Formats: sequence, structure tokens, C-alpha cells
Amino acid sequence: MQGRGLNIILALYVALIFTFIFAPILFSLVFSFNSQRFPTIPLGEFSTEWYVKIFNDPDVWQAVRNSLIVSSSTAVLGTALGFCTAYSDFRYNFRFKGPYLALILLPPTIPLIIMALAMLAWLSRIGLSGQLWSIILAHSVLTAPFAMAIIRLRLHQMDPDLEAAAWNLGGNEWQAMRHVILPFCAPAIVSALCLTAAVSFDEFAVAWFVSGLNKTVPIVILEIVQGNIDPQVNAIGTFVFLTSMTLVILAQAIFISRQIKSHS
Amino acid sequence: MTNPLVTFRNVEKRFGDFVAVRDMTLDIHEGEFLAIMGSSGCGKTTTLRMLAGLESPTAGEIRIGGRLMNDVRPHERDTPLVWQSLALFPFLSARENVEFGLKMRGVAAAERKHRALDWLDRMQIAEFAERNVATLSGGQKQRVALARSLVMEPQMLLLDEPLSALDANLVIRMQGVLTRLQKELGITFVYVTHSQSEAFAMADRVVIMSQGDIAQTGAPRDIYRAPANRFVAEFVGRNNILTGTVTTTNTGGTEIATPQGNFTAQTPTPPPQTGQQVSFTVSADLVSLSGDAPGTVNQARATLISEEFIGSVVTLFLEGPEGQEYKVQMQERALTGFDLTPGTDFWLSWEPGNANILEAG
Repeated sequence: MQGRGLNIILALYVALIFTFIFAPILFSLVFSFNSQRFPTIPLGEFSTEWYVKIFNDPDVWQAVRNSLIVSSSTAVLGTALGFCTAYSDFRYNFRFKGPYLALILLPPTIPLIIMALAMLAWLSRIGLSGQLWSIILAHSVLTAPFAMAIIRLRLHQMDPDLEAAAWNLGGNEWQAMRHVILPFCAPAIVSALCLTAAVSFDEFAVAWFVSGLNKTVPIVILEIVQGNIDPQVNAIGTFVFLTSMTLVILAQAIFISRQIKSHS
Repeated sequence: MTNPLVTFRNVEKRFGDFVAVRDMTLDIHEGEFLAIMGSSGCGKTTTLRMLAGLESPTAGEIRIGGRLMNDVRPHERDTPLVWQSLALFPFLSARENVEFGLKMRGVAAAERKHRALDWLDRMQIAEFAERNVATLSGGQKQRVALARSLVMEPQMLLLDEPLSALDANLVIRMQGVLTRLQKELGITFVYVTHSQSEAFAMADRVVIMSQGDIAQTGAPRDIYRAPANRFVAEFVGRNNILTGTVTTTNTGGTEIATPQGNFTAQTPTPPPQTGQQVSFTVSADLVSLSGDAPGTVNQARATLISEEFIGSVVTLFLEGPEGQEYKVQMQERALTGFDLTPGTDFWLSWEPGNANILEAG
């Protein structure tokens, strides 16, 4: 009976967590279709007015375009960087490997605002600030650790003889990489691409500091909020949420399905 | 005899302070089935990996077909290996696994497929060609791994404990498959194993390794009947080992005084010195058991401790004076009429020709 009581408490706890995470999002989704200007109950009529409004706003379109360029470029660069570090960890043993790995995993532990200021100082010093490229560079550094963690996990599941088997059958190191390591890591690489894209798509602080006049979606959201209370924010927020969620769920689904398959 | 296919000359492999293989000199001949046997950490796998180029020796020379191979990269060699883990590529079908080496060598797709299917057919697993290897059974995977190596048409096949993951019945069947393949293809097999039964059942010649050294090289029967030293005698098992002092020695035999009595053994070359301390062995299955003293040259008194019954063969464990252990292996039906209560005293005896003096050390 005690176990059952505990289970109920745990279930409540989980329910509370999900409520606090998803209620605001649900709230914003509901009000994005509400005709009234202010988020009050009772609701007004169902309306797509706010979607039409952002749809016709060239600023929003430009921001979406920027965000797509930044997040897709970041995904490729961050994942490539993450793959290289994960592979170097898998394949080689060297002195200071511990500090090397710690250094790579460091960026997500630094407060974003500090990271953003440091990035701005550094990029403006070398003349790279204020461009889309600046955001891509900064985001690649920021997201590489996530990519590395996922790919490293996958490499740890690999029979270390597989690569040697490829050499043994006449493949040189590049052929072994292309025909054995990359195919084996493929599910992890796709997951890493999705996850890094999602992180970059959502990221505000660093983008805001180094972007100059090139606004990404989160920056435009802030500007809308600063201007006036407007349910456009709910509409655009719903759009951003759906994009990130899709990417993250995709990343999880691909990784987990392969995991199950390779263990059967 | 023709030139050996592989020569090891004073080969050494160190990992830091650890010496995995010490001063190894060994010839491997064309078309022979050579087994390298020893317990884990004896250097057998390191030896195999050096042949495949996955490790390079820290001293000495390895030649294959006369060519110095010390620093030749793995992919530039023709030494396919059947891995203990099998190391099949899990994201490929059986056929694609077999094609892998040919693809690396730049063989055209149509020919690749043809040759891979040929080998899968030969290994009697053609019906699983398009299946993912993860869905195959242990024995089927084994056959894919063999096909993947043999499709390369190598001069020499390396095998690293390939049967260790299989159950006992399958091991016997795969032993048959391997020996038949080796005879049909006429290529050299170098087979690393810790299992004496695998090595003795398949190999033409066995190398026994211990702590990086070769303890003995020879045909399975010779190693079994005449172990060269104490390590081999104990490793091969089912040997009685007695130690004593040489009293006389001539070509007819060497007499040795032990706490168990005086015994005569075959005189080895070079013969031992009078007064030297030596050990000799007698295989457990060459010892006779009797209730009364047989009155022959080599006889010893011992007390039965226990018996081990495995079907038609029984091993008796006995103890002589000063804690000397004896093992006697007999057909079960030859034991009727003996009282096998522990504590019963027996006489053991053996022919002088079956007692072999071990090298010192």
C-alpha cells in the first residue's frame, strides 16, 4: 500500500512538471487564435488574424530566412566539430585527454550572457561581428558539445574491431571512415543535426549581441514584445515552438529507433 | 622443404614495460594449419595482430613471402582475419559484408556480387544473403565472417578464437568445416586459440606460448606424448609429472631416483648429467593400474583420492608418498573388478618408453 501511495505522489509530481512546462505554451497557442487584443477570459472568436499579420510582415520573413540560414549552417558546422572531437576521443589515447574533453564540454556551462559578451568582444576585434556569419560561428561553438555527446554515445556502442576489420579487408583510413564509421554513426549524426539546429533556432542572447542588424526570429519576438502587447507574439511563438519541438522529437526518434534495432 | 611463407626472426613486441612477445623465431609453411595456443595474455593474439599489421614489432623481423612486413600498413596486406568478435558490419546485409573487401579493392559491382554470392553459397548460407547480419544465428554469422575473409582469395587466413562464442555441438561442426576448407583451398591457416581440443583436432602443427615465449612447437601428437617442459606438460593436462635425481644414463634409458622409487625414462638428446635434478612425464592414459605389484621396471604405490567420470573414459586421481599426485585415465569398462572406494591402495606402472624427461626450467 505504501508503494502505491508513493506511485500516486510521483505521478502527481510528473503531472505538475508537465503542467508548468506546457501550460504557458498551450496558453500562447490558444490566444494566438483568439480575436481579442488582450489575453482575457472569456475568449473572443476564433481568428487567424495574427497569423495573417505576421505572414505579411517583411521583418518577420527576413528573420525567418536568417534563422533558417543560421540554424542549418550551425547544424552542419557544430555537428562536424562534435563528430571530430567524439572520434578523436574514441580512436586516440593521449596525454591531457581529460582536460581536452572538459574544454570541449565547457561552452554550455558558461552563462549565455557572458558567452555572448565575450563572443562580441572577440568577433569585433577580428572584424567578424555584425554579420550572419558571426551568429553561425558563435552558435557552432555553442552547439558542438551537444553533437559530440550524442555521437560519442554512439561510438561507445561500436565494436572497436569494426574499424580495424575495414583496414584488414583492404580499406585505408579514409575508406574505413566513409564505409564503416560514418554509416555506423549515421543515426547519431542525424540526431545531432536536428538538435543543434533546434538549439541555434531558439538561441537569443548570443544572437542578439553579435548579429548587428541581422535579426533572427527570437530577436524579432523581443522587438514585437517591446513595441506593444500584441497577440502576434503568440502566433510567432507557436511557430517557433513547433519548429524546435519537431527537430528535437525527430532527433530522439531517430536515435532511439536505431538503438533498439542494433540491440535486437 | 620450400621456403617458409612467413618467418619471424627474433621478434619482440613491448607495450610500455610489458613484453607481450619475446624473441620469437618461428617459420610458418605454405599450406599448413598452424595453431597458436596459450592462456590469455601469453602473446598469441599479439602475434596474430602483428601478422595482420595491426601491431608492429618493437624488434626483430617479420617476413611474408620473403618481403619485410614490419611497417606495412594493414590495408596494404593480404592477411584477412576472422575476428573473435566476428566484427561483421551491422548496418550491412550478409552479401554486402562479404563484398566489403572487394569493394575496398575496387572490384566492379557486378563481379563483387557474383563472387560474394558464390562464397555464401559455398558456406551454405546463400538463402540469407540479403538479410541483415544482426538477424542471423551465431553459426550463420560465423560463416559470413569466413566468407568475407575467403572471398579475398588470400594466401593465408588468420583466425582469432573464432569459435569461442559458439556452443559445444556447433564448435565440433565448425571444426569440420574449417579443416575441410583448409584442405580444399590449400592455403595457410594461422589459428589462435586457448582451447587445446580445437588446436589438437585441427592443426598440423601447434605452437604453445607462455608469457610471450614459445614453450613448444610440434605436431599435436608429439606435444601430447612428449611435452618439452613442465609448462607444456601442465598446460596439456592429464600428465603425471615426477621429479628426482639422475643415477645412471645411457642410450638404453636414464634411471632416476625419486621419493616414489627408482624409475627408468627415455634418454633425451642431449642426455642429462648424472646427479642432475630432472622431471619426467607419463601421459595419464599410458599408466596401468593393478591391485598387486606388477614387478615391472616402473612401478609406484598410490592411494585413490577420487574419480572423474565423463562417459566412456574415467580419470582416477591418486596420491603417492610425499603428496605426489597421479592421474590415470582408463576406459570405463576396463575398471570393472576394481574396488574404487577412496582410500584403496593400488600399484601404478608404465613402460620406460612412455616416460619423457623434460627440459630444465
